[in-house]
Amino acid sequence: MTPLISIRSLKKYFPIYEGLFSRIAGQVKAVDDVSLDIMEGETLGLVGESGCGKTTVGRMSICLIEPTSGEVCFDGANILNMSATNLGKLRPKMQIIFQDPYSSLNPRFTVERIIGEAMMIHGLADRINLKSKVAEIMNKVGLPGSLMSRYPHEFSGGQRQRIGIARALALSPRYLVCDEPVSALDVSIQAQIINLLQELQEKENISILFISHDLNVVKHLSHRTAVMYLGQIVETAPTETLNKKAAHPYTQALLAAKPSINPHESINRVPPLSGDVPSPLNPPPGCYFHPRCPEATDRCKVERPVISQLEKLHTVKCHLYD
Amino acid sequence: MPSTSPLLDIENLSTSFYTDDSVVRAVRGINIQISQGEVLAIVGESGCGKSVTALSILRLLSMPPGHFDSGSIKFNGSDLLRLSENDMQKIRGNDISMIFQEPMTSLNPIFTVGDQISEVIIQHQNKTLAEARELTLNLLNKVAIPSPETRIDQYPHELSGGMKQRIMIAIAIACRPSLLIADEPTTALDVTIQAQILNLLASFRQETEMSILLITHNLGIVAQYADRVAVMYSGKIVEEAPVEILFNNPMHPYTRGLLNSLPGNDRKRKLEPIPGAVPHPAYLPKGCAFHPRCNDVMPHCQQQSPEINATDLETHQTACWLYDKSL
Repeated sequence: MTPLISIRSLKKYFPIYEGLFSRIAGQVKAVDDVSLDIMEGETLGLVGESGCGKTTVGRMSICLIEPTSGEVCFDGANILNMSATNLGKLRPKMQIIFQDPYSSLNPRFTVERIIGEAMMIHGLADRINLKSKVAEIMNKVGLPGSLMSRYPHEFSGGQRQRIGIARALALSPRYLVCDEPVSALDVSIQAQIINLLQELQEKENISILFISHDLNVVKHLSHRTAVMYLGQIVETAPTETLNKKAAHPYTQALLAAKPSINPHESINRVPPLSGDVPSPLNPPPGCYFHPRCPEATDRCKVERPVISQLEKLHTVKCHLYD
Repeated sequence: MPSTSPLLDIENLSTSFYTDDSVVRAVRGINIQISQGEVLAIVGESGCGKSVTALSILRLLSMPPGHFDSGSIKFNGSDLLRLSENDMQKIRGNDISMIFQEPMTSLNPIFTVGDQISEVIIQHQNKTLAEARELTLNLLNKVAIPSPETRIDQYPHELSGGMKQRIMIAIAIACRPSLLIADEPTTALDVTIQAQILNLLASFRQETEMSILLITHNLGIVAQYADRVAVMYSGKIVEEAPVEILFNNPMHPYTRGLLNSLPGNDRKRKLEPIPGAVPHPAYLPKGCAFHPRCNDVMPHCQQQSPEINATDLETHQTACWLYDKSL
C-alpha cells in the first residue's frame, strides 16, 4: 500500500535576527529531519511536549509554512515544488482543524460564510445551492442547519469546534491535520468531538494527522503514534505496541507521567523526568534527550543516534537499540 | 474521619455576581470540610464554580459585583467572612495560601523572583531583608530550583513555565501555611513537568502535614493525589466521597458521565459523552441543574433541586433524586 502523505527529511529552521541590520544570529531548529508516512484512511498520532515542533510539522505537511528543506508528497506528487495553480487545486484535498475554536473563526463572518466560502471558491457550491450544502455539512457534524445565519460568538466552545470541523469537511478532504482539536474543551465536550472525528473518518476514509499532547486522546484515536522531542521523531509504532512496550526512554517517561484514573495504579512506577526541555536554539550535543535520560551513557553525550527498526512499523532513535 | 473539628469548614456558602442585566449564581450553597493533612480535590468543568469557591475562601473576589449571599467559612474556628480586611490580610499567604493556574501571568514581571518570595516572609514573619534572603534561598532549594544563587536575582521571564510554577509554590509555602489552595496548578504545564510539580506538592504535604484544596478538571490527578473528592456542577456539589469509593462506585449520573467520556482505554470502545453543554450560570434550568443532560432524568428532577445526602455509606454523599428513598 502506498502512503497518501509521505514526508521525507523535513526541516524547518527559523532564523533569529539581531541588531540594527537584522543580522542572522542563530537558528531555532524547530523541526530537524522528520520523516513520516500516513496511509489512506489512517490516523497517525503525533505527540510531544510544547515546543517540540509538532504543530510546525502539521502545518508544513499541508504547505502552510514553507520548509527549509525536505519533501512532502501527496499521493505521489511533491507539493513543495508545485506551481501555485496546481497547489491551489490540491488545497481542498488537504484541510486543517485548529486548536483554539475561539480564535480560528472569523468573528465578523456568519457560520454560512465560514463554512461556505471555500466551497464557492473551489466550485463545490454556487449561490443557489450554497444554503442547502452548508446545512447538509452542519448536520453531518451535529449542528442544526437553522443556526447558519449566526456569528461565532453565539456558540459554545464545543459547537465552535464543530464549525471548525465542518469548515474542513466542506471540501471533502482526503487528508486532515487536527492540531490539538480537543485540548481547549471540557472533558464531556471533548468526548463528543472525539466520537465525531472517529465516525467521520470511518465514513469518509480520511487520513488524519492527529497532533496532541494528551496521550489518552491519541491512544484512543490513532492507529499509529509518533513521539516527538525537540524537533525530532524519537519513536514510531502502532499505538498498541507503543503503549505496551515503549522502547525510547522518553516515551516511557511520558507514559509514566500520565496520571491514571485508577487510584490503585500508582503513578510512581518510574520517577518523573527531571529538568526541562532544552532550548531548540541551543540543543545539547549528541542525543538531544541525554541530559534528562535516566539511561544515558557517555556515547549518548557525543554521538547522535540514528533510527533503528525494532519490528515492522516500530522504529526508535536511541543508542540502546543499535 | 478524624473526630477533631475540621481545619476548614464551609457551610452553605453561596457566592453570586450581580451585573446590570443578570445575577450569576456561581456557587449555590456548598458544604465542604477539610481536616488537617488531608487533600480534598474539587473537580468539575469550566464554569462550575470551583475557582470561585477557592477565591471566596481567601476573599479575593471583587465586591461588587461579587456578593456572599449566605453561609460561613470557618477556618480554625473563626469565620473568615466576618473578619476585617486587616485580619484577613494576616491570614492570606500565612495560614492559607494559594497557587494559581497560570504561572506565566501570576508572577510580577518587574520584580525578581527572590523579591517576590521574600515579600511574603517580610510581611508575615518580622524578618530583616538579609534573613529573608537566606530563607528564600532555602525555599528555592526546597522546590528543587537548580543553582538558586543565580536564580534568586532573575526575573520571571528568564525562567521556564515549570520553574515559574516552582516559584509560585515557594511563595505559597514560605510561611508554612496550614491550608494550601492549588487552583489548577499544572493545567498550563507539560505532562513530565506536571508530574514533577505534583510530586513536589505531595512531598511537602507529608513533611508539614498541611491540608491541600486541589482544584482541577483532570480526573487522573484526582485519582493519584487526592484523599477525598467533591464533584461540582453548576455551582453545587453533586457527589462527594473518598477517592477510591468514588472511582469504584460513582453514583451521580454526572460523575458517571465524566468517567465514561474519558478516552484512553480502548480504541474500539466508543466514548459515551454527556450530551449537550453546561448551562449558563445566569440561566440555570429549573429543578436539578443537570436534568437536561441526564440519561436517568425523572419528572421530579425537573421540578425540585435535590439536596446532598449520605448514601448507604456514611462518607459517600450525592445530590440526586435517584437515590432518594422518599420518592
